[in-house]
Amino acid sequence: MARTVIPFGPQHPVLPEPIHLSLVLEDERVVEALPTLGYVHRGLEMLAVKRDYNQMIQIVERVCGICSMIHSLCYCQGIEEMMGIQAPRRARMLRVVWSELHRLHSHLLWLGLFADSFGFESLFMQLWKIRERIMDLNEATTGNRVIVSVNVVGGVRADLDESQVRWIKDTLVEVEASIRSLQSTIMNDSTVCKRTKGIGVLTRQAAYDLGAAGPMLRGSGVAQDMRQLKYAGFDELNFEPVVETAGDCWARSTVRFRESLQSIDLVRQALDKLEPGDLAVKAKGKPEGEVITRVEQPRGECLYYLKGNGTNNLERVRIRTPTFANIPPLAAILPGLDFADVPVVVLSIDPCISCTER
Amino acid sequence: MFGSFLKTSQVKSPWLMHFDCGSCNGCDIETLACLTPVYDVERFGIINVGNPRHADVLVVTGTVNQRNAVILKNLYDQMPSPKLVIAIGACGCSGGVFREAPNVLGGVDKVIPVDVYVPGCPAKPEAIMDAVVTGLGKLKGILEASK
Ligand code: SF4
Repeated sequence: MARTVIPFGPQHPVLPEPIHLSLVLEDERVVEALPTLGYVHRGLEMLAVKRDYNQMIQIVERVCGICSMIHSLCYCQGIEEMMGIQAPRRARMLRVVWSELHRLHSHLLWLGLFADSFGFESLFMQLWKIRERIMDLNEATTGNRVIVSVNVVGGVRADLDESQVRWIKDTLVEVEASIRSLQSTIMNDSTVCKRTKGIGVLTRQAAYDLGAAGPMLRGSGVAQDMRQLKYAGFDELNFEPVVETAGDCWARSTVRFRESLQSIDLVRQALDKLEPGDLAVKAKGKPEGEVITRVEQPRGECLYYLKGNGTNNLERVRIRTPTFANIPPLAAILPGLDFADVPVVVLSIDPCISCTER
Repeated sequence: MFGSFLKTSQVKSPWLMHFDCGSCNGCDIETLACLTPVYDVERFGIINVGNPRHADVLVVTGTVNQRNAVILKNLYDQMPSPKLVIAIGACGCSGGVFREAPNVLGGVDKVIPVDVYVPGCPAKPEAIMDAVVTGLGKLKGILEASK
């Protein structure tokens, strides 16, 4: 059988973002997949030498709009560690609130796009309708829907008052009910299962060896979540990583589905633990030294390496993002698949190209 | 008669194609949000298509970099005229926060002509819808002039 090469992307209706895959097919079967990256590369790590360390917060938030709050959280934690300060307790709890709201909207967004990738458009619409409630929460509490910009070095810049806390809790009750009402469709519906179960299987060993991150790793049965490091306010919250063992697309979507319910729970716990207090401590001096910080993003572990030299500008910012880690496992599971399953499997890693390439 | 029918439908039911050209995703998801129930641009007859040859309106989010400039130009050339280009977000307008980044050329208008600029970082769905409507007014003008 002769081989055919089918280009997939960079502009493709299922992927909102540009990535190019050259799919080598034999009949309908994929034998090789070669990714080409670089369409979203901006070189923003280099901006560290042009912007001072406070302005860099705005830059790192725009590594990826979907998990922007968590990027700046990671960055601010790093700078705080370098300067030897710690954010006040209230600020750390508020960081949990917004970062979990981000995870929630990111997972809903992904579940919707995933449903769309196998043609279940009404589920996509339902999930995005629920997601808009979270966007409203973001907008009302911080002033922006997507890039909330709440972190500053030493704490946060926005606060929640009593009525907002109550409103968030009330909204989350409704959101939780609507997510749960879709549970049987997402997890048990026969059409969904036909397109996701047993497809794109990544074994536990392969996931570990290839360095998969986040739901991709947990979907293959490895209980590793950076929130176990107890950064921000997670030290006081009850938290267990969500794990599934099947390793297929279904397992990855179930992990994300269960994590969205877990995020709601974490937001509630954090709101209950809010006590009056300062929002930020003053940062004195200039960052100096090297640090590595890690946080858990909706897509997995994100690592920041920061190097300061006692001036206003950082010498080096290095960001390792979860999707980048998930591309080798993706390239490993694509061969052998039917061509029609490629969009589903590509989406199952929750590709975020803008953070992969920065 | 068929020609005038086509012209009317192009303004009344424009088909839109979205291209992410180095955006941070903020503007992308806001553009996608326009299609979903809360905003739902489909009620105005606006349909999102994946093929540039079917599209009347090109919605571009994000900055242009060395690599995707060619792709953007290609997509634009493949669209039948008259066509509209809408640049979304600070990035699409001028390069935004990434303006000085090493791999960034700048706004969308460095490569293709832009008809409507939408400010904001990210631009709100309401602003994006407003931009499409503004653009359609412009398209109508072009079509009437060509009669
Ligand atoms: S304008 Fe802002 S939100 Fe939009 S792509 Fe650029 S950085 Fe992201």
